Amino acid sequence: MIGLISYLVFFTTVASILAIAVMGLNLHWGFTGLFNGGVVASFGAGAYATLILGGTPQAGHLGGYGWPWPLALAGGLVAAGVLAWIVGVLTLRLRRDYLAIATFGVAVTFENVMRNAQGLAGGAQGVRGFERPLQDVIGTGLSYNVFFLAVTLAALILTYVVLERLVRSPFGRLLRAIREDEEAARALGKSPTRVRLTSFVFGSVVIGLAGGLYGTFYAFVSPQDVLPILTFQIWAMLIVGGAGNNRGAVAGTFLIWGAWTASGWALARFAPVEAQLYTGSVQFILIGLVIVGMLLWRPEGLFPERLAPASKTADDRGKLEPGSVT
Amino acid sequence: MADAILTTRGLCRSFGALRAVDDVTLDVRRGSITGLIGPNGAGKSTLFNLLAGVLPPDAGEIALEGRPLSGPPEARFAAGLGRTFQIPRPFARMSVLENVMLAPMGQTGETLWGAILGRGKVRGEEARHRARAMEILDFVTLAPLADHPAGQISGGQMKLLELARVLMGDPRVILLDEPAAGVNPVLTETLIGKIEALNAAGTTFVVIEHDMDFVMRHCDPVIALAEGRVIFQGTAAEAQANPALLDAYLGAPVDA
Repeated sequence: MIGLISYLVFFTTVASILAIAVMGLNLHWGFTGLFNGGVVASFGAGAYATLILGGTPQAGHLGGYGWPWPLALAGGLVAAGVLAWIVGVLTLRLRRDYLAIATFGVAVTFENVMRNAQGLAGGAQGVRGFERPLQDVIGTGLSYNVFFLAVTLAALILTYVVLERLVRSPFGRLLRAIREDEEAARALGKSPTRVRLTSFVFGSVVIGLAGGLYGTFYAFVSPQDVLPILTFQIWAMLIVGGAGNNRGAVAGTFLIWGAWTASGWALARFAPVEAQLYTGSVQFILIGLVIVGMLLWRPEGLFPERLAPASKTADDRGKLEPGSVT
Repeated sequence: MADAILTTRGLCRSFGALRAVDDVTLDVRRGSITGLIGPNGAGKSTLFNLLAGVLPPDAGEIALEGRPLSGPPEARFAAGLGRTFQIPRPFARMSVLENVMLAPMGQTGETLWGAILGRGKVRGEEARHRARAMEILDFVTLAPLADHPAGQISGGQMKLLELARVLMGDPRVILLDEPAAGVNPVLTETLIGKIEALNAAGTTFVVIEHDMDFVMRHCDPVIALAEGRVIFQGTAAEAQANPALLDAYLGAPVDA
């Protein structure tokens, strides 16, 4: 029983962290139409910077500044934001698939730099020596995991509230207009370049938050955590859940992460011995199939974007049937 | 012309060897509905795109109310020049009302921090924009469709919606690109009625239109382009009697 609870706590923590990243991508793709193929670069920047800034001194690489955790995490968000700003200034003039290729390249570059720059972030061994916040008070084990789950859920709820507020605001309306038709938006006096950059940086900061929490939870980050597969998983979660719908993004995360975990377990348990080496690859194929299948048969996701019924005031909004935008 | 609201001087734009707009100098009279006609390929749309800032000119100047008009499209809307598109460009997965509420300039809630922190101010602005947008939607007869996705209304309704969006910016000059094309006759009449009403209230229109009946009845003056050059300016009746214009439509080359 304790084992099951323990596992559920662990699962929910990881899924909640990923859900934050998926909502960040949702701001990019779902609301602004930015095809970000380099989600892991922001995720990694958040994780690495948090651990480097907040960790204990390490021989052989940068780090050990021992910042208090909230400051270290904030540093992770700044790192993700600065990286996104630089990448955004250089690439946001690109459209759709070209932007995806460019950002994918950035993410792969990030992974390779981390893997090879020994003096920067420990190379292939990654960054260790991180003391998780309040660990000396709460201790390790299940009680700490429950505590950290609470922290993660608080971050998830805060992210959801802020992003919902944002996308329901005139800023969100502007993002969606640029997603729908940039030229028409310009004819109405809007400057897409700045808005796209703002969306890209802010969404990347949200993804960086997820990375910072992830690094904190494991007290460890290595190049294995920023492989391209994570970008694809996060995309699958958004597409299955429903781009343009934050609740869908969260639901899609739990569904896909559940399916991923279950398929990993099932493959390990039931696959014949000679196939055991390839179970990871089989999972990659499965995630690809899920993305393609969803795009073919239900591109709007399980929870499609809803149209804001804006003509009524807040008082009688409850009576409205929200229109579906499919 | 004494009272010109929109002027161009020596406007040129080429695409490779093709001189799409070739030394166009014209004055649009304040308070007019100026018709811009000419055969396909005459340069009407290129001229519109130069006026709207979608394309930069190779040479020449544009002025609105005597002030030079340059820069990207967004700057021109702010300066008081609105435009609609030949093929309507609604924000399809947004409601009709949202399409219109997008248009006001300088909204507090359009910035990241304004949206997150300035909630009270944004609420007040939104209430004002919503009221004004509903007024305008009512004017263009689209109020019943306010909560509809803009991508699911008819082509004619989309043209009315584009007009409504532009009206939110209180433009002094509105460029209409083929407002009657592909629209059913009833909606065309509605649209024309609205254009006439706005014009009576002081808005200047420049209209590209192939429907000569529309041009005859509603446009004065008429400016004709052919091969990138202005070949005729005058009343609609004169345009019909003009042999050079007839030749241009029939495909004869234009004398320099």
